[in-house]
Amino acid sequence: MTKVTMTVNGKPASGDVEGRTLLVSFLRETLGMTGTHVGCDTSQCGACVVHVDGKAVKSCTMLALEAEGAEVATIEGQAAADGTLNTIQAAFQEHHGLQCGFCTPGMVMSAAALLKDNPKPSEAEIRHYLEGNLCRCTGYHNIVKAIMAASGQDVSAIAAE
Amino acid sequence: MPKDIDAKESGIGAASKRREDIRFLSGTGNYTDDINLNGQAYVHFLRSDVAHGRITSIETAAAAAMPGVLRVFTGADFEGVGSIPCGWQVTDRFGEVMQEPAHPVLAQGKVRHVGDPIAAVVAETAEAARDAAEAIELDIEELPAVVDMKAALAEGAPKVHDDLTSNLCYDWGFVEENKAAVDAAFDAAAHVTSLELVNNRLVANPMEPRVAVGDFNRATGDSTLYTTSQNPHVIRLLMGAFVLGIPEHKLRVVAPDVGGGFGSKIFHYAEEAFCTFAAKALNRAVKWTSSRSEAFMSDAHGRDHVTKIELALDADNNFTALRTDTLANMGAYLSTFAPSVPTWLHGTLMAGNYKTPLIYVNVKAVFTNTVPVDAYRGAGRPEATFQLERVIDKAALELGVDPIALRRQNFITEFPYATPVAVEYDTGDYVATMDKLEEIADIAGFAARRAESERAGKLRGLGVNCYIEACGIAPSNLVGQLGARAGLYESATVRVNATGGIVVMTGSHSHGQGHETSFPQVIASMIGIDEDMVEIEHGDTNNAPMGMGTYGSRSLAVGGSAMVRATEKIIAKAKKIAAHLMEAADADIELKDGQFSVAGTDKSVAWGDVTLAAYVPHNYPLEEIEPGLEETAFYDPANFTYPSGAYACEVEVDPETGKVSIERFAAADDFGNIVNPMIVDGQVHGGIGQGIGQALLEGCVYDENGQLLSASFMDYAMPRADDVPFYAVDHSCQTPCTHNPLGVKGCGEAGAIGSPPAVVNAVVNALRSAGKDVTHIDMPLSPARVWAAMQG
Amino acid sequence: MYEFEFTRPASVAEAVAALSTEDAQALGGGQTLIPTLKQRLAMPTTLVSLSGVAEMQGIRLEGDGPLVIGGAVTHAQVASGAGAYPALAALAGQIGDPAVRNRGTIGGSLANNDPAACYPAAALGSGATIVTNIRELAADDYFQGMFTTALEEGEIVVAVKFPIPDAANYQKFVQPASRFAMVGVFVARFADGVRVAVTGASEEGVFRWAEAEAALTANFTPDAISTLTVDADGMIGDIHGTKAYRAHLVNVMTRRAVSASA
Repeated sequence: MTKVTMTVNGKPASGDVEGRTLLVSFLRETLGMTGTHVGCDTSQCGACVVHVDGKAVKSCTMLALEAEGAEVATIEGQAAADGTLNTIQAAFQEHHGLQCGFCTPGMVMSAAALLKDNPKPSEAEIRHYLEGNLCRCTGYHNIVKAIMAASGQDVSAIAAE
Repeated sequence: MPKDIDAKESGIGAASKRREDIRFLSGTGNYTDDINLNGQAYVHFLRSDVAHGRITSIETAAAAAMPGVLRVFTGADFEGVGSIPCGWQVTDRFGEVMQEPAHPVLAQGKVRHVGDPIAAVVAETAEAARDAAEAIELDIEELPAVVDMKAALAEGAPKVHDDLTSNLCYDWGFVEENKAAVDAAFDAAAHVTSLELVNNRLVANPMEPRVAVGDFNRATGDSTLYTTSQNPHVIRLLMGAFVLGIPEHKLRVVAPDVGGGFGSKIFHYAEEAFCTFAAKALNRAVKWTSSRSEAFMSDAHGRDHVTKIELALDADNNFTALRTDTLANMGAYLSTFAPSVPTWLHGTLMAGNYKTPLIYVNVKAVFTNTVPVDAYRGAGRPEATFQLERVIDKAALELGVDPIALRRQNFITEFPYATPVAVEYDTGDYVATMDKLEEIADIAGFAARRAESERAGKLRGLGVNCYIEACGIAPSNLVGQLGARAGLYESATVRVNATGGIVVMTGSHSHGQGHETSFPQVIASMIGIDEDMVEIEHGDTNNAPMGMGTYGSRSLAVGGSAMVRATEKIIAKAKKIAAHLMEAADADIELKDGQFSVAGTDKSVAWGDVTLAAYVPHNYPLEEIEPGLEETAFYDPANFTYPSGAYACEVEVDPETGKVSIERFAAADDFGNIVNPMIVDGQVHGGIGQGIGQALLEGCVYDENGQLLSASFMDYAMPRADDVPFYAVDHSCQTPCTHNPLGVKGCGEAGAIGSPPAVVNAVVNALRSAGKDVTHIDMPLSPARVWAAMQG
Repeated sequence: MYEFEFTRPASVAEAVAALSTEDAQALGGGQTLIPTLKQRLAMPTTLVSLSGVAEMQGIRLEGDGPLVIGGAVTHAQVASGAGAYPALAALAGQIGDPAVRNRGTIGGSLANNDPAACYPAAALGSGATIVTNIRELAADDYFQGMFTTALEEGEIVVAVKFPIPDAANYQKFVQPASRFAMVGVFVARFADGVRVAVTGASEEGVFRWAEAEAALTANFTPDAISTLTVDADGMIGDIHGTKAYRAHLVNVMTRRAVSASA
């Protein structure tokens, strides 16, 4: 076992891990932060997306030891301390961008990464950016709509509602 | 949707925002894999890597000696333990019951599909269990596998189950008495259109893989199972009564937040029984978390029908008869509801939206060396809709008539309508949904859009179809006659607390459907209180008295109706209390906006006054009624519900590569009354996404040896955000259900049922616009298949 | 995964030393290797992460070319930082998905040489030079069939030098499930001729399509190759497409790449 130390949602976090311990396992099992999910084992579904040093990564495809010293942000750190949802989270609720909620942490974290680089993405840019985030419930309609809304775009003309 | 509905701010008809979203959006949901019990151990299953074989030896001593291993289980440990049961017994066309093989928790002697569990290692960590599983010494004599259904039925084919007479599970005819008349109608037809097609095998792939955590309390002798299930009560019954012999009062099943199901989490699985069994054997909590790779070879698959359908028409293009022949894959074992899917959920829907007077459906269900096949979103109804709506489009082609006009000409227009396949549609308006579809899809503008696509070098096609489904499954006495081994009612307990807040314990399970939001809308409307005063509890067999669970778009129609009935009892009792408080007659009490008043007077008491009186019964009619305010109701519907609709898809096809892109998609549905239009839209969106997935992308493929070729997301194509467009959905056409108190029909499966034929119709239409003589392409319409079809 | 030791050296020399232990394996971004380890298809005793090696970072333009990209540079960094070679930046922006591009590295991709990966097409199509800790290898000598390269045991891709062509483009037709290249074609026009490299299609991994190169060198238009075909024998045939389909796509994607770069 090796000790790993990082910052998670602004707070120091450390624990003893094996070489093979994945970052997502460290978050879920060592830290008990179960908001980040595992939906596949081939790095495709994106339910495990977190930010490492400001970049979206798949925490199921990164070793915990690779995150030594890194700043990690997860879904648990997105809302304000009093529980108020951030703009993206609030837009997902407002526009029904989630159903079962399992892909949602990864979707929110990917959306946050997208909007940081591209504050007003087009529909096509959003759809393309979400290539690595699978959702089985929503048919993506309301996810795309929520991200457009979170970026301040008028979504009232979008079909169905 | 109509403005009056859209404008409602709360209660029935309001687009109330989902309260469950807060925990899902903040990472504080409680999914089964988030549950970790004290002293928990982990299991890894050693699964067969051959499709068919005889276990000649299995040596576990080395594995058992590995670090951290608690115990290695094999089939021998499950001798005397029950078989995983099947919940539906189909009777064939000769009056014989289906062949029903045993389904052991761990393989006994033989393995029958890739992924069949052979042994289970329980260890201190998941990795230690997996490390040790590799040390099990296993010898399997590989046997010839049957994968193709026709080959499985051939004389002399290898048998999946040695103790059965063949690989034929049943040969079902429906309605058998109609067969001669149907054949005669074909002989007399002016035109017959025939089509052979495949309904492709799918993997449900909810984003949350299955998880089971078994626990045992030695002090009480109680077992608890936490599991990713759509119907925990059903799991308690099937596993307790049939597999492990644990009575209901000693077994609790909890399905907490569940990350999607789509049918695949209805069924009772071996891993659930194993974890419950092993927890008791080891006196340790035992956890199993499926990997996605494991899910591909252990979750029940869906669809997998091969069908020949024939449609007879008279000289005026009226449908006169329909005849189908289907092979339906059961896989290696009978999953919980598998036998019902190609029969009662499929044959009974073959009339579709049309007044075809004579119909005969034959289905042969076949055992193969593949993963068991069972219900997947729509379950039987997508298969029925696909073949019917495809053959109608082909008939329109052959006859040179407009496919929409041909449909309209044959629509059922009078209700109730008794079909020749034994069901009675209570309400519907197929003309209205088609009219609405033509409007929202802008069918009139298609020609111009096609011209524009052609200028860009693309082929553009339009596909339209209708669908009908039978939902709200359904009357227990009827399904009992049809072979169901369970009732299909639903229960609810409504508990009103002293200060007026309400907890509803429902047997319906919510795993994305938003019951925690929509169910309170109903109760709040009935009483006239704020939605936030109502809380829904579900997913724990210790709460609702019984539950048949969530599938078949039945939650609101059946579970919601039970909740309404229980609330009606609450209101009746509350009125008695109010009458006492106001010294009036029960019959004079009116309830509005949370106030009880005496008709014709200005006397009133608030909801909270009455609920408090129920629990502090100082001034209370104790001689007439008991204190407290809690009621339970069981609701068993009188009929199925019949949602229906019309869908349109526009595609562009790249003529050089065969790649299809969905440019527009529109759905006009009739779901009867609507409780939460936002949630209904979302259900339709999701169904369409899955339907497009089936039509264009998804296909579960085995090779001839029974090896799964599409065994991960690397080869099984899931729909992504850029595979689909925004959808135009409308549910303003509303013909309420006549036999449930809410007038609701159900919306969960419509999208998945209605969309695949629209996509295929559209692609065929596009290719024909370029002069290609294409009448059908089997799903999924991958670029390679479309390109091949264009080559002729 | 089987258990392994993890080490993160700071220099190429340390990395080479770490890789000299038996069954040690280099770890780039891990976007292919970690899923492989999860399936227990490999059993290294030590994983040597190259992400901390300073000499393998950075993108720099030497004069008018080549563009030199460190072996540990991620796809995302190439997509945003290889402006001097727009076709290469565009290719990097099409690999995997955004999260994969934030971890996956050019050195890792080239060392793995997945037959459906994008970078091998860029490297071969550009006539790049693969710089290792011990030598420089021409791309033509480097790729030796699917998952096979000229790298010796313990040899690390330290950098890749891309000559910058006058015009270039990459066209990727994705396999619908994995979104790897079912056929990807990189076309690069240099003063002395045109190079065409094809990934995804062949059972032998990335290859140069010599007939198309000759035709396009003479006439850099899509029409110049409209009747050329690659032999369907030797193409990959699987559940996503037949050999003939892939052979057809090679022609289509090559024409599109020429159109887009012309």
